[in-house]
Amino acid sequence: MGETLRIDRIRCDGHGLCAELLPELIGLDDWGYPIFKAVAVPAHLMEHARRAVDACPVLALRLARPASETAPTTRVTAKT
Amino acid sequence: MELITLGPDAEGLATHRQRLGPLPGMPADQLIAELEASGLLGRGGAGFPVGRKWRSVAERSSGGAVVLANGAEGEPLSLKDRSLMAGRPHLVIDGALLAARAVGADDIIFYVGTEHRAAEAALRGALAERPADVRGRARIVQAPAGYVTGEESAAVHFVDSGDARPTTTPPRPFERGVRGRPTLVQNVESLALAALIARRGHAWYRSLGRGQAHGMGLITVSGAVSHAGVQEIELGSSLADVAAAAGGLRGDVEAVLLGGYFGGWALADEQWRMPLEPHTMRAQGLAFGCGVVHFLAARTCGVEATARIMAYLASQSARQCGPCLFGLGAIAAANRRLAGKTPQADDLERLIRWSGQLAGRGGCRHPDGAVGLLQSALTVFADDFAAHQRRRCLTIAEPARVAVA
Amino acid sequence: MNDTILWYATRGAGIVSLILLTGVVLLGIVSAMRWQTASWPRFLTTGFHRNLALATLIFLSLHVVTAVVDPFTALGWNAALVPFSSSYRRFWLGLGVVAIYLLLAIVLTSLLRPIFGHRAWRTVHWLSYAMWPVAVIHGIGTGTDPWFAWMLAIEALCIGGVVAAVAWRVGRVAPTAWRQIPTASPRAQKWS
Repeated sequence: MGETLRIDRIRCDGHGLCAELLPELIGLDDWGYPIFKAVAVPAHLMEHARRAVDACPVLALRLARPASETAPTTRVTAKT
Repeated sequence: MELITLGPDAEGLATHRQRLGPLPGMPADQLIAELEASGLLGRGGAGFPVGRKWRSVAERSSGGAVVLANGAEGEPLSLKDRSLMAGRPHLVIDGALLAARAVGADDIIFYVGTEHRAAEAALRGALAERPADVRGRARIVQAPAGYVTGEESAAVHFVDSGDARPTTTPPRPFERGVRGRPTLVQNVESLALAALIARRGHAWYRSLGRGQAHGMGLITVSGAVSHAGVQEIELGSSLADVAAAAGGLRGDVEAVLLGGYFGGWALADEQWRMPLEPHTMRAQGLAFGCGVVHFLAARTCGVEATARIMAYLASQSARQCGPCLFGLGAIAAANRRLAGKTPQADDLERLIRWSGQLAGRGGCRHPDGAVGLLQSALTVFADDFAAHQRRRCLTIAEPARVAVA
Repeated sequence: MNDTILWYATRGAGIVSLILLTGVVLLGIVSAMRWQTASWPRFLTTGFHRNLALATLIFLSLHVVTAVVDPFTALGWNAALVPFSSSYRRFWLGLGVVAIYLLLAIVLTSLLRPIFGHRAWRTVHWLSYAMWPVAVIHGIGTGTDPWFAWMLAIEALCIGGVVAAVAWRVGRVAPTAWRQIPTASPRAQKWS
């Protein structure tokens, strides 16, 4: 029952807190936007992953079960 | 000529019926089965199997689905969709009606680019010829001009809210689209081909094609040929066939752009006999895409041509996602400097690095397409890019060293 | 209970709340400005911001409860719950009640952010720029210590700090300007 990291790329504004709190899985590109080294979260990093999800100022990062790929857990957003 | 007309005017309903017969009455599941058996792939660029797409919408529909006939055609090098709509609007309408029956839709939207005046006029005229129950279910929505306004989530977003920028997926339109309903977003050429397959059967469609390929379709030929324009081809035709049908090449050609700005460059020599059809091309790392075939004259610098395309693609970003907005902007700037032979010391190295960093990191596939094109350019024009980093250009011969008088 | 102890507790807890709340506001501005160094990552700012806010609530509770149960002020719970309903310093005390309600709204929407959504959270959070001045004015108006030097110093530091931080936020270039947004193409793209 692994969980995977999912990101709303439109909401993401490159704050970078996720990379600070989960550097094992998340890096930053030249402009401060996240690059995932892996999306599957191993058990020993789950707590850190939850903290990273909680820390995102714009709620762009979330954890999801892989099977729930099509469940609409976020409303579709365009940048306003 | 099944898809495009030879004459300048839109085909009227009477001529259309006379040529092709009435709309088949087969039920939804039979329609979907025919399309699946035909192996028809979508013509908007992604090449997704049409039958499977109709089935996935039908499965989620309880009668209130929506059909969005996508005629936005934002790809600058592509003319086929507007030509098809302008010349054979009734075939497109037939396809949309069949799709509506197959997925259980009561709302049909023809999403036409604002700038495609003839296409929009032809569709309007054609809808006016149809009976009231068709006119009551169908409407034309004009898409803002732009590269990504035809992306499926952007189309849905525009219809719902007047904002033609892509939205976050999942959910994709086939799950939740216009007004939250399952929505079939299908390219107009795919719909027209579906209308032909419904009449003549999947076996007919599969009997077309050269060599191992099956089917037919539209391509847009441009660049160093005598007669650029839309061609109707059997899939599996080669570049040689296409060039001949376009009146032959004008001068030497080194590279060819296939699939559109989200396709890629290929060496003309190597691909001269290659069958133009999705499966073979994908196996070679190329894309059939929306059927663009652009011959680049040998005297045109590949770095310069790529720079112009990257600048355009960067300008067409919806500017919603950092990697696309900043990444494509930086790529376009570095490429422009390289083209002008005034690069910074690590411009080429950064281009290579950035081209590996953007795919999959945008809200839609725009950055993926752009870096796909860039990577093909870095392969096909590798020597040219290296030369430009050293402030030289291999295409325009250097002026001969003149002895000082 | 000795009246004086309650009275001191009310004033003391109030002053501590003011200092903590000022810290919360300052950290909020630092966070919005995306400030960081190699040894001070952003999650420290946001983490302290949240923890100080929760600490503020504890001291505010102490401040309110000791004020209400203190027989000297004869306030009663009504005065603490209904703004501008006390007989003692009606206006200034009422401001304090308003400030607490604003703070509660801000804290609640923050704790339940996944439910409220980002936009609602952000809108309510802007109320901090109203809540903090109201709290400060409440302190000055109801406080019986305002003219002691140490109290003046505390007020000056708090107000000065927030004014400076707000000036920093308003005056400086946008925190993301370093990204050098590429200039838009001459032909502006229309999306609607």
